[in-house]
Amino acid sequence: MSEVASNTIAREDLYGLAAEFTTTPGIYHAAEKTNSAGYKWFDCLVPFPVHGLDRAMGVKMTILPILVFFGGMIGLTLACCLQIFTNSLEFDIWALIPVVGYQYDVSGKPLLGAAAFVPVAFEMTILFSALTAVFGSLFLNKLPMFYHPTLKHPALARATDDRFYLIIEARDPKFSLDEVEAFLNSLNPETVIALEK
Amino acid sequence: MTTAPVNKIDNTIEDPENRPQLILNHTEFGTVTTDILRANESAKAPKSWYFALAISFTLMSMLGAMIGYLIFTGVGVWGNNNPVAWGYPIVNFVFWVGIGHAGTLISAILFLFRQKWRTAINRFAEAMTIFAVICAGTFPGIHIGRVWLAYWLFPIPNQMDMWPQFRSPLLWDVFAVGTYFTVSLLFWYLGMVPDLATMRDRATSKVKQLIYGLLSLGWRGSMRHWHRYERAYLLLAALATPLVLSVHSVVSFDFAVSQLPGWHTTIFPPYFVAGAIFSGFAMVMTLAIPARQLWGLKNFITMRHLENMCKVVLFTGSIVGYAYAMEFFIAWYSGEIYESFAFINRAFGPYGWAYWIMVSCNVLTPQIFWFKKARNNIAIIFTASLLVNVGMWFERFVIVVTSLANDFLPSSWGMYEPTWVDVLTFLGSFGLFMTFFLLFIRFLPILAIAELKAIMPIADPHGHGHSYNEMSGETNAQAELAEEDE
Repeated sequence: MSEVASNTIAREDLYGLAAEFTTTPGIYHAAEKTNSAGYKWFDCLVPFPVHGLDRAMGVKMTILPILVFFGGMIGLTLACCLQIFTNSLEFDIWALIPVVGYQYDVSGKPLLGAAAFVPVAFEMTILFSALTAVFGSLFLNKLPMFYHPTLKHPALARATDDRFYLIIEARDPKFSLDEVEAFLNSLNPETVIALEK
Repeated sequence: MTTAPVNKIDNTIEDPENRPQLILNHTEFGTVTTDILRANESAKAPKSWYFALAISFTLMSMLGAMIGYLIFTGVGVWGNNNPVAWGYPIVNFVFWVGIGHAGTLISAILFLFRQKWRTAINRFAEAMTIFAVICAGTFPGIHIGRVWLAYWLFPIPNQMDMWPQFRSPLLWDVFAVGTYFTVSLLFWYLGMVPDLATMRDRATSKVKQLIYGLLSLGWRGSMRHWHRYERAYLLLAALATPLVLSVHSVVSFDFAVSQLPGWHTTIFPPYFVAGAIFSGFAMVMTLAIPARQLWGLKNFITMRHLENMCKVVLFTGSIVGYAYAMEFFIAWYSGEIYESFAFINRAFGPYGWAYWIMVSCNVLTPQIFWFKKARNNIAIIFTASLLVNVGMWFERFVIVVTSLANDFLPSSWGMYEPTWVDVLTFLGSFGLFMTFFLLFIRFLPILAIAELKAIMPIADPHGHGHSYNEMSGETNAQAELAEEDE
């Protein structure tokens, strides 16, 4: 199955070569070998997160948890500022910010009733952390991205169904068409497909 | 409508040697996809779907009409009166928010506990959560009377220099329910992105391709993406877990922070949370039983899933029963005459009938799930889940109405009776809920396809099944050694 259609694709239009696998052990071991062969610009397209595949590929731990921590801290800070400012303070800073604290007196209770501010502070922390987790992960994944060479090839549509693909990109410094093709074929794939940019 | 045969495989047997199968009659990834999406991809939905949608849509229109009538006429059209100022709207609000708790519980807490059976029910339970919270949000929105001033609930700078009162539990509620809705929506959507990509890649028409293509954000299944995605999902689960416990706690503060006998109790937060999970799971079962039948999903939502849910209902129902008993005990033990009166009045006063409906539905009904025969009988499960829903609505009715109707001064007592507008608005909210739900099961992936594939035995790249069913004959230590060898 090594008749790669790359002959029809000009070298500068070549995005990379994809090897198709039907089983999870197949893609797992292929990823391990690709990683140890020293390729950097390669990826696996899989219909579900294959357990341990990210480690086999040598993917570094994402910085997302750190972003989420700071997102949560921002939420907490905002919630505290909001509540203290709107319920407990009266700074005459209208010239800078056109709002004044409300100083809402309820039964003579302390204006800065810290305990009463806990629920809103908690909810805002969670809200901002969750927003950071979702939009942060999309940002790090560079999504939405509606055009991609792997979305163009009709065969790769099965990557969201029941097939597993390992793709070595043409921009990899070690990329040479014949070598990569031979390497991919040595991994026992179902087929090898050339992808156009 | 199923392709895969629904063989009679009993996966409810407890066998410590073998993990039970969670997906029946499927050994390939491809058939899982087609089997789940069959109903979405068929040109026509079953007749019963159109029939149900017609009824739901009519009810939803009625809700719209009732809200219109309310806005044009005023809150006088409701039965709310001076001692019972909360009435149906707040009863319905608490009821719907409670229903909305199971979804996030299933997706977040069961995820952290690594309960693999959650994958078959989490998607539509999350959808149910979102639609229930929409229904819930409607009621306080219209209960404020002058709906055009609803923006006063939010801290928006205005020409009056007026801000919300952050010491009030009612405002905490705005933040709690708002956060809960947002986080649940994100959780639901993020979980759905890979499955939407599956639908995009299988779409047969340009329109479908475009819509699912936009919704799936260009997801292509890259493992580098999955890596961050899984981390984001785990973080969301960890964030949603305290959130789901906090929301009904905050709702209970609306009552517990007040001075009213029957409301002013410290047991309220855990008692409300247990009740919310209880009613939410009952609603999941009420929806899952017809859905698995109609959509041909019996290979995924198996008897074991239903049995597990029955056990959750039994457990939370017993906590609720304990809370009812403890309320009475504390009322007596405190020596407070008002508190004692409030509870005796609940059980034996003018609203005693509601109290006993509540006790029989919520405390007695789930006890049937002690028996395996009952947990494996669809008719019993369905009836019990409906009764629990009825009982939980009455619980909120009992809490809201009895305490308000008869408080400290007999001179300011007053009975509450709902009007036809109250009743039709409540029925209409079911129309809103069901319309959304029916549209969801027709146009969006009803089960978490990617997650279901990941728990299949063949999904394990090391071939010795962390998943299930293949653990026999191989201990964990051996499995780890085998893994190191590879």
